[in-house]
Amino acid sequence: MNPISSALPSDSLHLDLVTLDLATLSPLILLAAAAVVVMLAAAFYRHPRPVMILTLAGLVLSFTALFLPFLPQGLAGTPSPQVTALLVLDQYALFFTGLIVAATFVVAILCYRYFGGGESRHEALYILLLLAALGGGVLVASSHFASFLLGLELLSISLFALIAYPRFTEHPLEAGIKYLILAGFSSGLLLFGMALVYAQLGTMQFVKIGTMLAAPEETLELYGLAGLALIVAGVGFKLALVPFHMWTPDVYEGAPAPITAFIATVSKGAMLVLLLRYFLMAGAHQSQSITFALSLVAVATILAGNLLALLQNNIKRILAYSSIAQLGYLLVGFLAFDRLAIEAVAYFLTAYFVTMLGAFGVVTVLSEGFNGGSAGEFHGAAERDSDRLADYAGLFWHRPWLAGVFTAMLLSLAGIPLTMGFIGKFYIVTAGVEASLWMPVITLVVGSIIGLFYYMRIIAMMYASGSEAAGEAITLRVAAPSFAESAMLAALVLLLVWLGIFPAQLIDVLGGTMVNLT
Amino acid sequence: MILAALIFIPMAGGLLAWMADRWYPGAAKWFALVTAGIEFVLAIWLWLQSASAMALPAHGGWLGETRAEWIPRFGVSFHLAVDGISLVLVVLTAFLAIVSVACSWTEIQKRVGFFYFNLLWTVAGSVGVFLALDLFLFFFFWELMLVPMYFLIGIWGHENRQYASIKFFIFAQGSGMFMLVAILALVFVHYRSTGVLTFDYFDLLNATLSPSAELWIMLGFFIAFAVKTPIVPFHTWLPDAHTEAPTAGSVILAGVLLKTGAYGLLRFIVPLFPEAAAHFAPVAMVLGATGILYGAFLAFAQTDFKRLVAYTSVSHLGFAVVGIFAWNPWSLGGAVMQMMAHGISTGALFVVAGILQERTHTRDMQRYEGLWSVVPRLAGMGLFFAIAALGLPGMGNFVGEFLVLMGLSTSSSVLASVATVVFVASVVYALALVQKTFHGENKHGWQLHDLSGREMVTLFSMVAITLWLGLYPQPVLNAAPNTANSPPAIAVAHHEVNVE
Repeated sequence: MNPISSALPSDSLHLDLVTLDLATLSPLILLAAAAVVVMLAAAFYRHPRPVMILTLAGLVLSFTALFLPFLPQGLAGTPSPQVTALLVLDQYALFFTGLIVAATFVVAILCYRYFGGGESRHEALYILLLLAALGGGVLVASSHFASFLLGLELLSISLFALIAYPRFTEHPLEAGIKYLILAGFSSGLLLFGMALVYAQLGTMQFVKIGTMLAAPEETLELYGLAGLALIVAGVGFKLALVPFHMWTPDVYEGAPAPITAFIATVSKGAMLVLLLRYFLMAGAHQSQSITFALSLVAVATILAGNLLALLQNNIKRILAYSSIAQLGYLLVGFLAFDRLAIEAVAYFLTAYFVTMLGAFGVVTVLSEGFNGGSAGEFHGAAERDSDRLADYAGLFWHRPWLAGVFTAMLLSLAGIPLTMGFIGKFYIVTAGVEASLWMPVITLVVGSIIGLFYYMRIIAMMYASGSEAAGEAITLRVAAPSFAESAMLAALVLLLVWLGIFPAQLIDVLGGTMVNLT
Repeated sequence: MILAALIFIPMAGGLLAWMADRWYPGAAKWFALVTAGIEFVLAIWLWLQSASAMALPAHGGWLGETRAEWIPRFGVSFHLAVDGISLVLVVLTAFLAIVSVACSWTEIQKRVGFFYFNLLWTVAGSVGVFLALDLFLFFFFWELMLVPMYFLIGIWGHENRQYASIKFFIFAQGSGMFMLVAILALVFVHYRSTGVLTFDYFDLLNATLSPSAELWIMLGFFIAFAVKTPIVPFHTWLPDAHTEAPTAGSVILAGVLLKTGAYGLLRFIVPLFPEAAAHFAPVAMVLGATGILYGAFLAFAQTDFKRLVAYTSVSHLGFAVVGIFAWNPWSLGGAVMQMMAHGISTGALFVVAGILQERTHTRDMQRYEGLWSVVPRLAGMGLFFAIAALGLPGMGNFVGEFLVLMGLSTSSSVLASVATVVFVASVVYALALVQKTFHGENKHGWQLHDLSGREMVTLFSMVAITLWLGLYPQPVLNAAPNTANSPPAIAVAHHEVNVE
């Protein structure tokens, strides 16, 4: 796939797509193509197994295509990462696209048994997953309000359908509708915000906004500032930052467990990555009031997430509040706005992806799932997932490996050494201390102390034995995991521990990746 | 390389023990015993090797070093080094590892492999804490040892284990987070003045800090060490954790984990922040003295055997705190001695408590009474270690307490005289312990079998060490940090404080 026409002037800010740009875009194109292929395959041969294999193949191909820009180039010149004004596939975008594709891979595997395996008709799920991943990929690569909105809508619309996929069951349907309303609302806010920024500056390109604001006499006026605030609010809904977090626990609880994993990782991660790019490229971090507001939001998010998690008795709700708190931690690193901050956010986000996928993976594996019978008729064996705290009583004594995986994930969320979560939190605190953000850093410390309570509560429950467990575990709701699921969880734990002990490899990658943003 | 081996041997041994238990039930404890034995032999060998070096007065203090790159992005290296104080603490840790394997021999019946895994990983974490000279590495081990300890209490503990284990974990972990922020603040202050991002202890010793920054950063470290040591307002986790832990957990907690806190005060607080420590020393010494008295007074109010012993730990470690902050040759020697002697004598008392509980299924001293006639050998041991704990001359604790008080009286005679009152209180609790448990008539009709050979060997070796520490303390005192080697500022600053 070497560039054929590398001699061409790569003035690609105009809409003249050349082969070179197609090569650059190939990870996203392959995702889109995979969605089409999977749809056609499902139309002609309705069976979930080949469909899933095709999906996985598409994801693997797209992942491989990420490495194209790193091939030794035959002739002079490397393809420009900027493809039209809309998308920029720089190393920053490539790294996070890789993360999103990998997470989608894990979720696709977790979905298979959960939605009934070969017995059910859940092919459409994979198309939606691929489209959502494509939306995420577009988001992390977008450098323009138009692509921002396109990616966002692609992601959100796929997610409504995914959340409400078991559509004859009450909770997922409720969660889907809640998500639909809130996502629509937040898109509205975003659009209005973009319009206001456009009204002041007359451009929708992040870079141009940045260069205009860099001029000494130019600052955001009331219009632009209000626009920026609306954008932050709209993104805040997606990221479930306090005070825009109300929907999170309900949706997390109601959605099928693997889809919850997807929302917690891909959807949130892509938005955060985009926000960071916007802030750095468009120079939004120079606005004192916005950064001050964001630091207040970070403090509120950490405290509210951790405190509310204490009151929950449902694992999915605890994890939902925990993910709110984790996003608050991320925001602390985010607020440093320098090279270290980007690295910190990238490392923490990677750790967060691995951990959340692992945690919800365990919930998935333990749940019966929705076994579809005849087409469209989901008379699931389970009205709910195995998500009550009591379902986990004494888990260590009858399913030691699964309990071990869950323990590792929870310890990583709590930031205990030997896990990626520890290095991630260390990174974030480092970035915060370096930028002297004392208030958010101290809140982070207090928040993670509070967080220990509920993580330890789950762990204590899993290791409880005898009388402590007997009273709780009346009905043992434990499904048998498939081989693929077990392998996936094992791989996640290995990654979690390996990168927790030897983080230098990932840090080197991040260090090379993140330079070009600032 | 031998330093890294000291950490990795218990880790590998723990994994082996866990694996072995799956294939050969009953093999786990042998693996654990052999691992702890190898660790102990290695540590002793290292001590003998360097004994001559320690006797020399001006040798710089460091006996061995290992350094490897770890996370170059942050200037973090895998940097281990050993000096006298680390060395004696590692020896103590290795010895108590053997003791705790021996005392769990029949006590632990479920999930044996996982138990020894946790035990040995706690040991590995503590050895790492004693050897690490990179602040990141130190923090890594500091947090790492908590998780297996949590499991030891939470899975194999007694009735109220969930509460105690979670409380222990949150206290230790939470205070550790403050230390993390303090470490990073120190590193970045150093980075801004020199442009070198490093977590290395020796580099950070030269960091120049403004007085207020120094005080705040020191407090961040202090809170973590104060929880672990424990210093009085932060001690509330200790009675619960010690009481609910299985015997081996109590032994390791009292003997090793508490020492990591005192070690931190000695290794980091005073050398890294000499001026702030000097200004803070009066406060810390008052807290230490309060702990000495408070722990002793609460001890004799207890009816639970293990709870009583737990409160005596608060009292004994108070001596170590006072000794460290008085910072003169006598008090430092006394502090190190006190750490060693407390590790052995309190460990032994917990072993006695464990043996009693294993046989009687209770820790309530009101239900014991008159056990001397039933289990004379055990009762003799109980008496010996109770007397050791109260500080009778000829045993290790006496040397430690005496030296601390001697050193303390040169800097604050008032505090020294207040702290001396504890000798009355400790006699009361020690004798109360013996009388309630062993003396009197056997009203409850206990019929117990006396110490087995394994238990005799364990306790006799501890008796021998206590006597050795009491009669010939010089080898341990040689290991104590030499004030001549450490930054002189504290001595000077100290002097100024006293003059004021």
